[in-house]
Order: sequence, then structure tokens, then C-alpha cells
Amino acid sequence: MNDLKLTVSSSPHIRANHSTASIMQNVIIALLPALAVAGYVFGVWALALVAICVISCVVTEAIIQKLLKKPVTINDWSAVVTGVLLGFNLPIGAPWWIAVIGSVFAIAIVKQCFGGLGQNFMNPALAARAFLLASWPTRMTSTAYIPVSDTVTTATPLALLKSGELASMPTTLDLFTGLNGVYGCIGEISALALILGGLYLIIRGIISWRIPVIYIATVAVIALVAGQDPLVHIFSGGLMLGAFFMATDYASSPVTAKGQIIYAIGCGLITMIIRLIGGYPEGVSYSILLMNLTAPLIERFTKDKVYGVTKAKKEAKA
Amino acid sequence: MDVKHGTFKGGIHPPYGKESTAGVPLGFGDAPKVVTIPMSLHIGAPCTPVVKKGDQVYLGQKIGEANGFVSAPIHASVSGKVIAVEEKPHPNGDLVMSVVIESDGQDTVDPAIKPYGSLSEMEPDAIKKMILDAGIVGLGGATFPTHVKLAIPPDKHVDCIVLNGAECEPYLTADHHLMLTKPEKVVMGLKIAMKSVGVSKGYIGVEDNKNDAIEALVKAAGSDTGIEVYSLHTKYPQGAEKQLITAVTGREVPSGGLPADAGVVVMNVGTAAQIAETMETGMPLYKRNLTCTGDAIKNPQTLEVRVGVELQSVIDQCGGFASDPGKVIMGGPMMGVTQFQTNVPVIKGTSGILCLTVESAKIPEPSNCIHCGKCMTVCPIHLQPLYLSEYSQRNRWDKCEQNNVMDCIECGSCSFICPAKRTLISSIRVAKREIIAQRRKGN
Repeated sequence: MNDLKLTVSSSPHIRANHSTASIMQNVIIALLPALAVAGYVFGVWALALVAICVISCVVTEAIIQKLLKKPVTINDWSAVVTGVLLGFNLPIGAPWWIAVIGSVFAIAIVKQCFGGLGQNFMNPALAARAFLLASWPTRMTSTAYIPVSDTVTTATPLALLKSGELASMPTTLDLFTGLNGVYGCIGEISALALILGGLYLIIRGIISWRIPVIYIATVAVIALVAGQDPLVHIFSGGLMLGAFFMATDYASSPVTAKGQIIYAIGCGLITMIIRLIGGYPEGVSYSILLMNLTAPLIERFTKDKVYGVTKAKKEAKA
Repeated sequence: MDVKHGTFKGGIHPPYGKESTAGVPLGFGDAPKVVTIPMSLHIGAPCTPVVKKGDQVYLGQKIGEANGFVSAPIHASVSGKVIAVEEKPHPNGDLVMSVVIESDGQDTVDPAIKPYGSLSEMEPDAIKKMILDAGIVGLGGATFPTHVKLAIPPDKHVDCIVLNGAECEPYLTADHHLMLTKPEKVVMGLKIAMKSVGVSKGYIGVEDNKNDAIEALVKAAGSDTGIEVYSLHTKYPQGAEKQLITAVTGREVPSGGLPADAGVVVMNVGTAAQIAETMETGMPLYKRNLTCTGDAIKNPQTLEVRVGVELQSVIDQCGGFASDPGKVIMGGPMMGVTQFQTNVPVIKGTSGILCLTVESAKIPEPSNCIHCGKCMTVCPIHLQPLYLSEYSQRNRWDKCEQNNVMDCIECGSCSFICPAKRTLISSIRVAKREIIAQRRKGN
């Protein structure tokens, strides 16, 4: 009878079905509509750039982990997500080597140098975008948004808004679908596709509604107060991509519910300060990166009330 | 009677796995040839054996004397001959002094046992003594001596009793079957307990995946206005003491306190039914319902089994193993204790024997925390398991304590939900043990 080979372990003895890999795969599924729009609008080079980013990210991760003699965890799909997001943040005119350098920076410096998955204090794809923007400003902005149709303008809607050239502004419907002559980074042109993906993540319980909804609402309200069209502001630039897929990065956003609300309002506020009075036409990336830095602090001050702990008791303890 | 609905914030929805035994009628364990009764069947001081090898014992005769206040006497679960009084393997993993009785198959009841009479004739103190003498302990699994629970310290004010029929542990249907087969006993036991502590309000909380049990209890409670049945949202850990109290009364048990600090005494429905049974027949606690189930069991079933019966013989009665078992768990999958071997006895707290196949018993490889915060969302105490676990792994017990680690009820929801398969609850347990050890040293 005692020849049974029984495992002895501490409870619980059952685990939920999901895993880090399944969560990352769902994020990739959610990014597919925007990828499809990118392929349709910008052509094959858009897909190739995203593929270059993905491959560079995965290879970089594998090499670094091998060098550091750590288990190679590329099968958790997190490097793939970083790759797709970085690809989405590049202009269609970006050369292949920019994609590679950005990927290496995102994975090697921003992610692995700080301890790998879950330990990065900034969103790797966004940090890489900021790095590329600072290093090759011309290759990363206006002139790189090569038009695919024969429209004359090459400026992004937010740049038009900033310079006051409202005559060449695409219609709000075009901004929403992104299918017809709207310029921007590869993955950010279609608000519709990004909202679809974002809703999928919220329904699957992978992200909370708090960060994207409050972020977007804050932007809309400030636009309204500033006397500008809130729809143009929320459908243009990187807001949808940023709100649903970048600001919600687990590692660099607060985990507490109250913290997420403060963080999202902060993102919206900084985005609009940059858009309305800053030098750049777009402020989504920098607003998220700045709020990433505040996330640990916000978290510390927004802990939930612990069951059974009353204020008097807490003070007595302190 | 209106059935009110209650719930708490947090919790998880594990796969329930109750279908395989909920629909099968309650079975009865085969009469055992030998029973091994450990002298530790409860939380508290172990008993001293009062029989010796060669003695003849009756069914229901006291064989272990309680030592101290937090303890409960132990009785023979068969009639027959004591063949050994020695250390035997216990489900907690230790060797424990045990009385081994060879059954004569007669089940001759101890002639000293007689019914206690009716509730109206019994005074509160007599009820408490009856509960102590019958060795009644919490049958939900914690096995805390019931007479201790009912002895309310004079500085605390209790105004209601809540019966726990939530049975939120997946797979288990022991309480479900009990509430279906003995609803009037559950209600009677509640009334007895209410009289013993002098309260006029009693609640029974049952998860809403057991609507048939809720109906049966409502019917059994009849027009009694002092008793209310609550339908609780099906969610783990709905049956955890604190969560149950909050779901039913809306009160919170203060941190570090007992239910009595919230004016409540909580008791399992099985415990209540046993109290009623004892008053009616005089018989002590010597048998209980348990669910023998899991994907490694051929014919899963809930059975009424005597204390002291070997797990293996219960498993055999349920058709044996369908395939090689990887884990044998006493209790449910969320909080149950894994066993090294199947030759340990059923004890008073054995609510289930869960056998998982080698495949289901595989322990997943943990990876980096991705900071998703799911553990925090599900924590019924609203702690931050991700950080507590990190502090614990760095031996920062001070940080653990500051962040209320001692309030953790060890329900395991955090480990269940973690997508990175981190062993959150294990490291939190380590921190709790360390802090308790340090406090002892400090004193």
C-alpha cells in the first residue's frame, strides 16, 4: 500500500488555467486588428517592421538571459508583445536598423537590466521610442510618415492641430477608422481597431477598465475645457494605443484600484499639457513614461483598507 | 420566509467539481473491522488514553480523557477489543498516540448512554457540558472544541449565531448532503446553541449553488422568526469565518480578534446537527460525512464514515483508484492537507478525501511576478500578497508585519489566481510562522 508515489505539497492544490504566456498571447490577439489596419494602409513594409522588432526583441532576450546564465523565458511571449508595441510606435519611413536598435534598447536596457519581466519600472517599448526619438529625431517624425495615397500633406493630425492648418485636417470619421489618409505611427492610426482590441482585453479580465477609460475621459474633458474638439483629441495620435496597451503595462502601472485612477488622470493631464502648451504635437509617450515613474509612490499611498483594521487600531499600531 | 442574499468583496471562482458527488445519494461507510483512533482529533491538548490493550469497549464509550480546557474527549467508534495503544501515523504527518480497536461487529452501545431530554428542560450550562462530554468539535475542518466556542468571555457581547453551510471548498459535498438529509437536525442544533449562549437570533448561510439545501432548511426552520436562512454568492472563500460573518451580518471581525468581538459565534452545520443528535440520543461524536472524490477515484461519493477508519478502506469502498494517484488530500483542494500514505485514519475534521491523478497533481513551475495585481483583487482580506511574498522571501518579517500579514486567513486564493504560478501563500505562511516564533521568543 505504501508503494503509492504521493506528492506532498502545501495548499492550494488547484491553480487557475491562465498563465503569463496566455495573458501575453491575449494581448497579441488584441493588437491584431490594429496590425491589420497597418498592413492595409501602409502596406507590407509596416508588417515587416513589426516583424523585425518582434524577432529582435525575442533574440535579444534569449541572448541576454543566456549571457546572464538565467533560464531563457522567451516562451512567455512577453518579448513578442514588446516587439509588436515598439513596431506600432515606429513611423512607416523608419529604416530596419532603427527597429533593431530600438528593440535591443527596450529588452536589454529597459527590461533585463532591471531584473527582467515584471521588474521594469518603465514601459520598455515606450522607453525605446523615446530613446529613438531623441537619437534620430528626423527619422522618427513628420517626414517619415510617408503618405500612401496621393494626398499632399505629410503631417499628423495633431501637428496640423498645433500649427492651425485645420483645412487639411482629416474628418473625425477618418480619424476614428484610420483607413483613409491619416498619418501617424504604424499602429496608432485606427482608433476603432485599438478600441476593439482594448475591449477584448477588458472583457477577458486582462486589464481593468480604469486606466484606459479614465485616461481617455481626462483627455476629452481637458480638450473640451480648452475649447477644442474632444473627439479629434481622443482619436488622434497615440492616445488609444497608449491608453489601452501602454499605460496598462502591468509592471509599470499601479496595482491598486485607487492608484490606477490617480495614475490615469495624471497620464491624461500630462498628455494634454504637452499637446496644448508643450513644444511637441503629441504627449502620450512622455506622459505615460512620467507616470510610470510615479507608479510605486502612488501605490504606496493608495492601499486598500485591510479587512478588520480600523483607523484607531492602525494608529495605535503606529 | 424570505431568503436574503449575501456576499463579500474579493474571492475566486475555482472549478467546483461537485457534480460528481452532489447527485449521488449519501452512502454509509462499511462497518470497519479495525479502527485506529488518534488521541488528537481536535485543535488543543491531546487526550490521555483511558483504556489499555485487552480492554473490551462499547460503542460510544470514552477512550480518551480531555486534558485542559481547550480539548475534547474521544470515544470509541465501534464496540470490541482494544488491540493496541501505541503511536500510529496521523493525517497531520506525525506519529500520534492512538487506540486501536478490533470491532466485534455488534456495535453494542455503552449502557451509560441515554438521551439528554428536550431543549426546554436543559439549562445553558448543562448544554455546554453535554457538548463537552460528547467530544463535539468544529466539523468544518478546523476541529476547534465547540464548548470552548460557546463559552463567551464575560467582556464580550454576542447577539447571534451563524451556521456555516457555505461549503465553498471545491469538490466537497459533505455538508450539502447533511443539509439535505438532516435539515431539521441542523435547525435544532442551532436552537440548542442559541439557548446555550443566550441569544435569540440565528442565521444559516448556504452558497446559492445548493438551492435544494436552502429550501430544505427554510422548510425545517418553519415559522421560527429567530432563524434566518441566507443564500450566499457562490464564491471561494465564502465559508471562511470572517467572510461568512460579513456576508450575513455586514460586520467585520476586528484585526487580531475573534468572531465574538463582532458579536457572533460561527459554527459548521455539521457541528449543529451533531449537537441535536447528541441531545436526542446521547451518542457522542463518532462519525461524520465526508466526500471521497477527485479524478483518481473510480466512484466518487459522499459517505457517512466512522472516526478511525483508514482512508484506504474508504477509497476502496468508492471503487478504489481509477488511475495512479499523484496526491491524496485530506479536505478540499484549496486548504486540504496532502498525505504521505493512505493508512492514516479519518479524524473528526476529515471533510473529504480528494485523490488527484498524477497529471492533476503536477506542481507548476513558478516564474517572475508580472505585477498584474490579480492576487490583490481576489484577497478576501484586501492584503497585497505580491508584496508580502516578496518581503517574506527577503526575510523582511518587519515589513510583512507592518503590512498586516497576520490577518491572512491562508485561503490560498492568491496562489490559485497567480498567472506566474508563484507560491504566494507558502511564503506568506513562512512569514506568519516566523513572526509567531519571534513573538514567543520576545515573551
